[in-house]
Amino acid sequence: MLDAMMTALSHFTQPQHLMYLMLGVGMGMIVGILPGLGGIVGLSLLLPFIYGMDQISALAMLIGLVAVIPTSDTFTSVLMGIPGSSASQATVLDGFPLAKKGHGARALGAAFSASLVGGLVGAVILTGFVVIARPLILAFGSAELFMLAVLGLSMVGVLAGKSLPKGVIAAGLGLLLGALGGAPATGELRMSFDSVYLMDGLPLVIVGLGMFAFPEIIDLCRQNRSISDNGTLGSGWRDGVRDMIRHKWLCLRCAGLGSIVGALPGLGGSVVDWIAYGHVVQTAKDKSQFGKGDIRGVLAPESANNAKEGGGLVPTLLFGIPGSGSMAVFLGGMVLIGLEAGPAMVGRDLDITYTIIWSLAIANVAGAGGALLLSPFVSRLTTIKYGYLAPFMITIICFAAFQATRSLSDMIALLALGVFGVLMKRFGWPRPAFLIGFVLASNTETYLYQALQFYDWGFLVRPGVMIILALTVISILMGMRKHPVNPVEEEESSHSHTPNRTPQILFAGLILAIFSLGIWDATQHSFLGSVFTGSVSVVMFVVTAILIWQLVTSPPSHGANFDHEFELAQHEEKPTAGLWHYVLWVGGLVAGTALFGFLIAITGFFVAFLRLKAGASWVRSILLTTLAIGGLCFLAWSLVLDFPGGLLQDLIELPWPLG
Amino acid sequence: MSWGRSTRYSLKAVCAAATIVFGFAGTAMAQEPDFSGERVELIIPFGEGGGTDTWGRFWAPYFSVFLPGNPTVVVKNIPGGGSTSGANQFEARAKPDGLTVIGTSGSTQFPYLLRDKRVQYEMRDWRVVLASPTGGVVYVNSDLGLKSAADIKALEGIHLRYGSQGATSLDLVPLLAFELLDLDVDAVFGMKGRGAGRLAFERGEVNIDYQTSSAFINNVTPLVDIGSAVPLFSWGAMDDDGNIVRDPSFPDLPSFPEAYEMMKGEKPSGPAWEAYKAFFIAGFPAQKMVFLPRDTPENIVEAYRTAAQTATEDKSFLADREATLGKYKQIVGEPAERIFRQAVDVPDDAREWVQKWLTEKYSVQF
Repeated sequence: MLDAMMTALSHFTQPQHLMYLMLGVGMGMIVGILPGLGGIVGLSLLLPFIYGMDQISALAMLIGLVAVIPTSDTFTSVLMGIPGSSASQATVLDGFPLAKKGHGARALGAAFSASLVGGLVGAVILTGFVVIARPLILAFGSAELFMLAVLGLSMVGVLAGKSLPKGVIAAGLGLLLGALGGAPATGELRMSFDSVYLMDGLPLVIVGLGMFAFPEIIDLCRQNRSISDNGTLGSGWRDGVRDMIRHKWLCLRCAGLGSIVGALPGLGGSVVDWIAYGHVVQTAKDKSQFGKGDIRGVLAPESANNAKEGGGLVPTLLFGIPGSGSMAVFLGGMVLIGLEAGPAMVGRDLDITYTIIWSLAIANVAGAGGALLLSPFVSRLTTIKYGYLAPFMITIICFAAFQATRSLSDMIALLALGVFGVLMKRFGWPRPAFLIGFVLASNTETYLYQALQFYDWGFLVRPGVMIILALTVISILMGMRKHPVNPVEEEESSHSHTPNRTPQILFAGLILAIFSLGIWDATQHSFLGSVFTGSVSVVMFVVTAILIWQLVTSPPSHGANFDHEFELAQHEEKPTAGLWHYVLWVGGLVAGTALFGFLIAITGFFVAFLRLKAGASWVRSILLTTLAIGGLCFLAWSLVLDFPGGLLQDLIELPWPLG
Repeated sequence: MSWGRSTRYSLKAVCAAATIVFGFAGTAMAQEPDFSGERVELIIPFGEGGGTDTWGRFWAPYFSVFLPGNPTVVVKNIPGGGSTSGANQFEARAKPDGLTVIGTSGSTQFPYLLRDKRVQYEMRDWRVVLASPTGGVVYVNSDLGLKSAADIKALEGIHLRYGSQGATSLDLVPLLAFELLDLDVDAVFGMKGRGAGRLAFERGEVNIDYQTSSAFINNVTPLVDIGSAVPLFSWGAMDDDGNIVRDPSFPDLPSFPEAYEMMKGEKPSGPAWEAYKAFFIAGFPAQKMVFLPRDTPENIVEAYRTAAQTATEDKSFLADREATLGKYKQIVGEPAERIFRQAVDVPDDAREWVQKWLTEKYSVQF
């Protein structure tokens, strides 16, 4: 082992190695800042270049990129409320409210320093862990992985907010939508209505964008000011670094958590940030500010998601099983340079493994440093009038969305989920709970089915399962500890207790209808194909019915009663437009795409929005539009991507990029 | 050329000679398409990462070097519908100008052979450039009491478990093989890739599994060495006459037809065997193929085949190949055409047999 460490160290004395590492880091910064272009896209951009490079340099470049993306994608999560990748979804919850309060730079400072700690701690843990990881990973069978999914689902309790039934229903809805498409046991296609798009299941990126980014964009458009409340940056990134130092133990805990959860194959990196976020909310004494801009809500997921990348390397290197999408591409890269994952990586090739792990650490330092230096400049974006920013944001989320299957269906899915997200936000349904359900749906169903096949119900008494079960119970009990009374919050929320409850009852009715559909669909399939969706639908149907009954009969002060529109109406500063105004704008863009293809539609949208909504002059509008479209085309060209076409493209052939 | 030269000596008609020379120049241009300055898109109907994407990215630079005019060759990923979306798009949009090619995998061939309703492509019409074979090895847990492949008969009546990705995926081949051997195998579905199946094997959750050649060599051989896994047979490879023979990577292991004979005492035959053979070919010896769209002019097809042929003889290709593609020889030109025909021409009764069997055993709806 020491031999391997020395050989690995010697690689770092070669300037060539560090140079390629930095090249990867630089690339990762750029790719990470553009939302929707996660590690997968970045890595596949690099793959053509690794030909003919020596193994160590090629690995360094790939690792540099993988390591930096969870750091740099924080920019959009915090500043724009757009989850940069699935690993940054939890960061949005508190990061974006901080940016809205004018603390964008501070939140970024905290996030990047936490990323740095996470990355370094992850590398240290891995250095020792990688050698003993094999038996541990083998100890996690389908039964244990199922229980881990349940542990993840139990986080819904702490993320539910004021109304537990709403949290449970939101998670249930996530489970149901996450189970869309092929059943793991039989391959039957559930709730896909013969649509090829739905057969594959809804893409996580689009669900994340629809739930978080879309409603925020609509809200900001309506308020028509800058993202930061007062148009200034109240605090700097140094405050954020101090925050990190104050909560260093939290960051260390979450980093440890991140690297271990990341190392478990099958659970996937996409839940790590939620587990970390759930953990910090559970253990905090004062929970009142979570979701409204608590700096701890930024520190926890950010320290965990950087540690996760290191953890994800373990199953990738040892078993050739990629822990996440970007790890799959990394694995492909390894094959291309002639390295095969397997037990040899902790035997004969241990020095390469150490080189990879330590490259990860160095890349984390460089990435966090670079991001910190950039943050004062980038956070100025939050002081720009939103009318100018909005068309760029909308372009970005559309571009991110159609990375999934590169078709118009992606945009339709984004719009549908976005509208749903807007409504959930309006009526106070916890969107994180929905997302947790969605992310864990396939794991929960698959591993439960497999565990039952392998061990029958006896799987419940396996020691690993019992330990995780105990952790789950503790986690639920901690989450149930009484919230401290916070008079300010009580007063605030009483504003939302609208007398007119018809809209929210209708929305709950819609959800009830979705569960009814789930029950009906379950009757169309075999037992194994429908037992999961059927059970979820039946239970959630009952809970939703209870909630509707509560909404109809309870006094206005009941926790379930919430209508953000009513709250807004009480404010002094009224929004400039109705709830649906900007949703229709985006709807117009999607309809335009269906007719004329994306590029023509977005050009028209850009000019119209800038002229009508931002009040820009013709010259300015056209200049900004050209800039945006030019950038878009360059990106699409280098990614070998066609823009979604419409009716026009079906009728006549147009040259790229129009066709 | 010799013909052109012989006419030049004839003094009879200068005009005729001129015509022939011009005509020759014309055909020469047609024979040598020039892709200089062009961008060729190699469609991979899967997302980034994963086997087919890696394979495509391995081939792309070689096409770039060996196609006339050295075009830029880029990989274009069109994921969705279990690779049918990308193949549908290729069928609908690719022009026969040699600037769009597709790289498919068994997951593209199987839905086509099974007449999946998502399939809107007619593979039969495509022009094959090359086929990349792969192999695989079936192995069992040594706790079952087997010492080597020779003990295969000991598996009779033993309850076995196999971790599978789905009955209509590439796992159709092993499932059909188990059926032919009359093994009592419970398939547990929902595995995310062969790697997950191997992990389940290592945990003792399943006791029979298969891995493709390179994964077997890297990840299962250590298990065989410590005595916890016993290899049974390889799927085998195709020889030039279309027979299934021993896999060159595993010369000491019986091929599947041999294993069948050891188990049953006779050579395999009948509709189940015909069905197995068709899906085996589409899944292993012709697992990954590069195609040009239908109606592509012969000279472009030739240019591609020549480029692939030259590549396979290139030194750096040979060095790289073993790491990325395994030991298997890439099949180009006429042999590729032959194996492609074998892969797509499934007899109707064999197809019907598989469909009926899938419906009865795994409740797959067609």
